[in-house]
Amino acid sequence: MTSVLAVDDSPSIRQMVSYTLESAGYNVVVACDGDEALKIAKNTNMNLVITDVNMPNMDGITLVKKLRSLSDYKFKPILILTTESSMEKKMQGKSAGATGWIVKPFNPDLLLTTLKKVLD
Amino acid sequence: MSIDLSEFHDIFFEECFEGLEVLESGLLNLDQNTDVEEINAIFRAAHSIKGGGASFGFTDISDFTHVMETLLDEMRDGRRAITREVVDLLLKSVDCLRDMTNAAKNSEDSDQQRTAAIKQQLEDMLATDGDTKPVTHNDTTQTKVSEDTACSPVEWLIHFRPDSEMLQTGNEPTRLFRELATLGEISVQADMSNLPAYDELNPECCYLGWELVLKGDINKEQIDELFDWVKDCSDLEITPLGNYNQPSTEAVTQADNTATAEAGTTNNDSKNAIQKAKVTDKPKGSGAGKESGSIRVAIDKIDELINLVGELVISQSMLSQIGNHLEDTDLSNTEILRDGLSQLERNTRELQESVLKIRMLPISFSFSRFPRLVRDLSSKVGKQVELKLSGEQTEVDKTVLEKIGDPLVHLVRNSLDHGLETPEIRKANNKPETGSLCLNAYHEGSEIVIEVSDDGAGLNKDRILNKAIEKGLVAENQELTDEQIYNLIFQPGFSTAEQVSDVSGRGVGMDVVRRNIRDLGGNVSITSQPDKGSTVTIRLPLTLAILDGQLTSVGEQTYILSLVSIIESLQVIPEHVSSITGQAEFYQLRDEYIPIIRLSEEFEVEQSSDDLSQGLLVVVEAEGQRYGLFVDDLMGQQQVVIKSLETNFKQLQGISGATILGDGTVALILDVPGLIQRHYEKRNTAMKPVSDVA
Repeated sequence: MTSVLAVDDSPSIRQMVSYTLESAGYNVVVACDGDEALKIAKNTNMNLVITDVNMPNMDGITLVKKLRSLSDYKFKPILILTTESSMEKKMQGKSAGATGWIVKPFNPDLLLTTLKKVLD
Repeated sequence: MSIDLSEFHDIFFEECFEGLEVLESGLLNLDQNTDVEEINAIFRAAHSIKGGGASFGFTDISDFTHVMETLLDEMRDGRRAITREVVDLLLKSVDCLRDMTNAAKNSEDSDQQRTAAIKQQLEDMLATDGDTKPVTHNDTTQTKVSEDTACSPVEWLIHFRPDSEMLQTGNEPTRLFRELATLGEISVQADMSNLPAYDELNPECCYLGWELVLKGDINKEQIDELFDWVKDCSDLEITPLGNYNQPSTEAVTQADNTATAEAGTTNNDSKNAIQKAKVTDKPKGSGAGKESGSIRVAIDKIDELINLVGELVISQSMLSQIGNHLEDTDLSNTEILRDGLSQLERNTRELQESVLKIRMLPISFSFSRFPRLVRDLSSKVGKQVELKLSGEQTEVDKTVLEKIGDPLVHLVRNSLDHGLETPEIRKANNKPETGSLCLNAYHEGSEIVIEVSDDGAGLNKDRILNKAIEKGLVAENQELTDEQIYNLIFQPGFSTAEQVSDVSGRGVGMDVVRRNIRDLGGNVSITSQPDKGSTVTIRLPLTLAILDGQLTSVGEQTYILSLVSIIESLQVIPEHVSSITGQAEFYQLRDEYIPIIRLSEEFEVEQSSDDLSQGLLVVVEAEGQRYGLFVDDLMGQQQVVIKSLETNFKQLQGISGATILGDGTVALILDVPGLIQRHYEKRNTAMKPVSDVA
């Protein structure tokens, strides 16, 4: 089963993402900030990571950088969830190594189609 | 797949309120020296509300927060100075946002005019500083009508050559091709010209390029979107390959596209409409204006409960095992039975305590509103006030917590308005210009004590006394202690403020405060020192669910008195009883005369004997005055579970509730202040001791 790590500091978004993905048959692990996500990612090999950008302790951009430096996550799809549709933020994510982005607000359908795009 | 987002609304609202708390307290602590992480936390709170609002369809909330966020972003980046003006406006926005969230939660309409006005103010604020960035909100994912639709060819040529590191962003060309194939017919040709010799090849790099031909009714936007994530790390050219459609067909295609797009939206709209309808279907009365029905509980409290339930199960199995072997009753079994029972008793008691603890919340929930209140009020009345909070972690019952808020607000307002002096007066009196206002909470026995104290002018004893005489509350020649005089301010209709101000009330306040606190089974008193300040002390029971009770018997009846209200119990020495015209009786307790109240007369029940020397006098205190309650006998002391009389029967003066005793009979729980009031109302005499009014 495909494992997805969903990282967001907002419980409602976390719940929505995990509910959506679980209903679609994914195995979902959630984390509330970059710190926690990194720990989980190191212990469990996830197939995909979706992360928010603005979070306490460790933000999403830093998380992407750290994940890319791990051999297990070098080529894995990592998506960032961002409300900033500005190119600047997207590019910041890209240069950190993110595969792509999903612009908030997103709906469950968009989330699922986007996920399918980056999974084999 | 369709997922009903309304399921997540409640958690979103809760999150909103939490975020607003963070925003508010963060803003209150904000000044030029605030470090970036704190501003970040404020920013994140706004950001989350905006994101959630947009995701769950509360666009008014997200739009509004977006403007706030823009302002906060400027502050975070140091592009905007943190001035009182900005902070005030943001605080106002927090209030507005809270109302909007409440309205959304209760499916009501929010005050759109106010929202628009504040939003405009925020935008005006953003517009200052010269850089008038238009506040655009480009987060919405509308289906944009393509500008390129004018030429929608049936074939596209895509030249795609990724940078060699593209794979390391997790983008896989073959997946892209798979997606392209969903748009139309695709043919792919790889360009391997850049492929190095085998021993130079780095397996982590991408050396290939591709030429793709895509056939179908596809517009450029769709292709662009697919390459969105990789276009900046690759050479990408998308060119139409001849075969333009005839205008007529084109128009049809376009119409088709728009039609489907529209159909999609309409679908969504109707879904939204259904959701909306569902929400409004809820009875409005249930949600609106009521306290939230849910409660957040710390994990360790739940763990403790689970643990205890486990223990209980063990005790229960131990007992049932004995039950199974009851036939062969020998002594050893009795021993185990007794052990089991005592274990069960302990478990039950602990379980009860733990369950009650679930309802306990730190008083900080109530205290947290005061920094804002004090800030707003102090500027309004032109005073400098420093608010000190202590004991915020003291836990109180949720109901107490909810009901104590208003009285506390009143007391704080009073202190600010009447207690603390203006900086000029303080300076003249050699006091620091900034007054201090303290809120403190702590546990004492089975009570929680909340103190509101200030270092202001203190109460004016003479003025209170004069006023009380003027109002006929006390007789002119009456001797009163200072404490009794100070506590006169809790009398109905009492106000010494020379001017009625809009900050504190018009003399309807303090008696309401006292009534509210009494309703919670507590009491309130005030001490004061001229020029040093005043302290209001509120004492409340820790919980409203159980009571440490003293069982007393009057004839056939059992009445329960709260243990804390009893001072002593004594046998009556007949010589110490004096009666006045057969109406009222007093008992000489050491050097004090206390009124005797016969419970049998109050409740019109049979008593074993009318003879005072045959029964006992239970001395209770209410409002600083002692009374002797005449009962037949004292029975045991025990914790009783309070059952509301109001819900099961009706409210009775002098009775605060009822409980069910071990043998199944119902016993009434006495409310001492109410009982005394009932006593005097019944007699309707002028005999009322003066200090009762205090």
